[in-house]
Amino acid sequence: MHKKIGMGAALLTSVALLAACGGSAEDTAADVAAEPTAEETTAAEETTAPESTAELVVWVDENREGAVEAAAATFEAETGATVTLVQKNFEDIRADFISQVPTGEGPDITVGAHDWLGALVEAGVVNTVDLGANADSFAQVGLDAMSYDGQQYGMPYALEAIALVQNVDLVGAEAPATWDDMIQAGIDAGAERPFCINTAGETGDGYTMYPLQTSFGAPVFVQEDGSYTSEVGMGGEAGLAFANFLAENGEAGNGYISTTVDYAINNELFNSGECAFTIQGPWALGEFGDVNFTVNPVPSAGGETAAPFVGVQGFYVSSQSANTLLANEFLTNYIATPDAMQALFDADPRLPAFDGVDTAAGGEYVAGFQASAEDGVPMPSIPEMGSVWDFWNAAESAIIKGADPEATWTKMIEDLTAAIS
Amino acid sequence: MSTGPGGTVEAAPPKAPRESHARQFRGLGAGFLVKLVLMMLVNAVGLSAILSAYAAEAWVILGAMVVLLLVADWVYFSKRMLPLKYIYPGLVFLLVFQVFTMGYTAYIATTNYGSGHNGSQQQAVDAALIQAEREVEGSATYPLSVVRDGETLGFAVNEDGVILVGTEEEPLVEVADAVLDDNGRPAEVPGWEVIPRATLLTDQELAQEVVDLRVPVSDDADEGSLRTREGSTARVYRSSLHWDEEAETLTNVDTGVVYTGNEYGTFVGDDGSSLPAGWYVNVGFENFTKAVTSSEYQQPLLRVTLWTFAFAILTVATSFLLGLFFALVFNDDRIKGRKILRTLFILPYAFPAFLSALLWRGMLNAEFGVINDWFFFGQNINWLGDPWLAKLSILAVNLWLSYPYWFLVCTGALQALPSETMEAAQIDGASKWRQFRSITFPLLMVSTAPLAIASFAFNFNNFTIIYMLTNGGPRFTDTSVPIGSTDILISAIYQISGVAGGRADYGLAAALSIVVFVVVGIVSAIAFRQTRKLEEIQ
Repeated sequence: MHKKIGMGAALLTSVALLAACGGSAEDTAADVAAEPTAEETTAAEETTAPESTAELVVWVDENREGAVEAAAATFEAETGATVTLVQKNFEDIRADFISQVPTGEGPDITVGAHDWLGALVEAGVVNTVDLGANADSFAQVGLDAMSYDGQQYGMPYALEAIALVQNVDLVGAEAPATWDDMIQAGIDAGAERPFCINTAGETGDGYTMYPLQTSFGAPVFVQEDGSYTSEVGMGGEAGLAFANFLAENGEAGNGYISTTVDYAINNELFNSGECAFTIQGPWALGEFGDVNFTVNPVPSAGGETAAPFVGVQGFYVSSQSANTLLANEFLTNYIATPDAMQALFDADPRLPAFDGVDTAAGGEYVAGFQASAEDGVPMPSIPEMGSVWDFWNAAESAIIKGADPEATWTKMIEDLTAAIS
Repeated sequence: MSTGPGGTVEAAPPKAPRESHARQFRGLGAGFLVKLVLMMLVNAVGLSAILSAYAAEAWVILGAMVVLLLVADWVYFSKRMLPLKYIYPGLVFLLVFQVFTMGYTAYIATTNYGSGHNGSQQQAVDAALIQAEREVEGSATYPLSVVRDGETLGFAVNEDGVILVGTEEEPLVEVADAVLDDNGRPAEVPGWEVIPRATLLTDQELAQEVVDLRVPVSDDADEGSLRTREGSTARVYRSSLHWDEEAETLTNVDTGVVYTGNEYGTFVGDDGSSLPAGWYVNVGFENFTKAVTSSEYQQPLLRVTLWTFAFAILTVATSFLLGLFFALVFNDDRIKGRKILRTLFILPYAFPAFLSALLWRGMLNAEFGVINDWFFFGQNINWLGDPWLAKLSILAVNLWLSYPYWFLVCTGALQALPSETMEAAQIDGASKWRQFRSITFPLLMVSTAPLAIASFAFNFNNFTIIYMLTNGGPRFTDTSVPIGSTDILISAIYQISGVAGGRADYGLAAALSIVVFVVVGIVSAIAFRQTRKLEEIQ
């Protein structure tokens, strides 16, 4: 008797088990088939009926998700394809894109920053793009930034640059023309500190210092027809003049620039009215809630135009995408249009890299950052730039702390040239 | 696949007086049914994983899953495998989360996976061809339709009202009597079937063929070929590289330079130049030797290693001694409110370490930090900017973070000490110091030494405090490697791996991780051996 019950139970379970497996197995198989795996068409794809549409996977970050969603909805309605938006941390996208595209798990399109481009090209994970019918509407600085070795790899859509932020109650709204004017205005206003700037603490922050450095005519790399070469451009007389400027205003000199001021302290100093001028990006404005401020281009310290780094955000297409045609269709006809660009701006007000976007909704500060970005130069995206930061930041930090400016700067240039050659 | 609990068991007569209860099958109890349901779930999950591995063509994972699942069924439906029934889940976890991870790390350590060596050779070739194909200067944009004649795909383009058709083999030729649609794209081409755009957008395979199709503009290859990206317009492109599959070489058709793959997975030209994208290859033990022989890494890594040992040993020693001291003092019966005081002592231990480290970072700021303001007359002492002071700060903060742990452990151990021994010592007239040195401390060490070793191993890899307090800084000024004087091995590995940005060298990072693993393993093994001697005291 026991025996029979045992057999029956075993039979029943087997049936139940198979049923359970059957359901989940079908789901899984369908999921995987729909996913754009690798360039090789798999056996699973052959079972995909022609009507069942392709799926475009797009990596976006939190801020851009809403805007891309709108474009994706139109795209889905008109082409019948499915667009899957995968929300990721912006900071994680670079490393994840590089490591996942070769395995076939990467997206077809991703949002990205232009200064990743060198690494993406070196990793072979990014395809070239066409800008479509509206190619002339893109801002030149954005196109330059997202091109590498003369080829366009990304479709830019937003720019960002740091600018001079000034306390209107202390020093008025008028932009100072030179560094000396600015310091004088700050001193006249009776501010505790005429000027403060983030040095990322002990690390040093070449990025925030850059407009001051370029006003001495010392760019990081020499630029040739829009693209950066790997020739270090901040050596020589111009570079030394900037080094001396840092020392003069550093901790051993006037003390306007100090390694004790990191990002949070800088913003606190400005927000409390202790400091009259600072250099910051649009991302920090939220921290200046207690003061009345305005945004202007950075004044020149060395006589030439102060050119900040312009960061560009845009879209990249994966080199291993199985939906290259759809991906390009989406970018050229559903993103590079005035309406889509406007939607991107409305969702996350960053300086647009596309003409004709109405920026009025972005608030009064957009114009100041826009003016600053117009003076700016793209941050180099060549792989050599990765080696620059450590030497550059450390040398600036050391000079600000009182090290011999000319010797420190010269040694930095030597080390850097040796490291990237 | 499950073997039923057939009747053979019933037939087996009891042989030994002490029999495993698994053999005492007396029919279908509730326990058996529960097991059956659980195994059904396990099988269902396992099968679905196997099927999705099959669909994703991940053969290794598929094989491993099949083996694990079959063994699971065998173990739990067999009558003989009693011990395995208990340890099998643990073994599976060990295999998946430890052995596999270590094996994979070891594999990566023998490759040059990192910046510039990111995928397979085929992907590097793809990338090189993408990067070499440039738009011919001044190329117009032609409205395009994709056309088909049987299996042959072709492009039909509109060049100022003239319709041209070509295929991969046949350069563009003019066709008469074609009809254009409203957008200027060919809608009907005699002799060809125009593929509707909707088909193009929904048929993935066809779309991929269209993207890969190049239609030469003329017989002269130098004039370039038409290509389309989105299927509605075409431009003229020209590739300067040619891939020879037989010889595995890329040739630059303009300069004649031939690029051949070298043993490091880079295409190097015969003029010495190289292509940006490479692939990863096995480099044997080079990553391990690079850490000790390369002039770039040797010096910094040596200093980092020394500091790692100093940091781990000093942290354990200082926090143990401080914790022990407080434990001894607050173990005295004469102190009132000991419970409250002890609770207060434990507070730093209860805060998340990364938060505490961030707070300390602010407090140690040279100009704005409270440490300088309150204790050093507002002097600008640069706690985190000077290599030695930064090391001191790290040790001090970590001491503050970890002594409560030792206070807790030592208090517990002190209370567990046998009071007779102490009484005997008192009667024998031993001094307090003598009692501590000869009785309390040795007995304490028996229970705390293993914890000290664990604490050493933990602090050896204490990434949080370094990353949050100094981020390894101040940077070494004399090397191009992005590490600094408070970096310990694990944070240096993090920097080298390039996860945070900059150049990535996963191979070297994996090799160093293995070195750290071996070092911690050896130190722990030796130390545990030593503690066995302590146990002889009891």
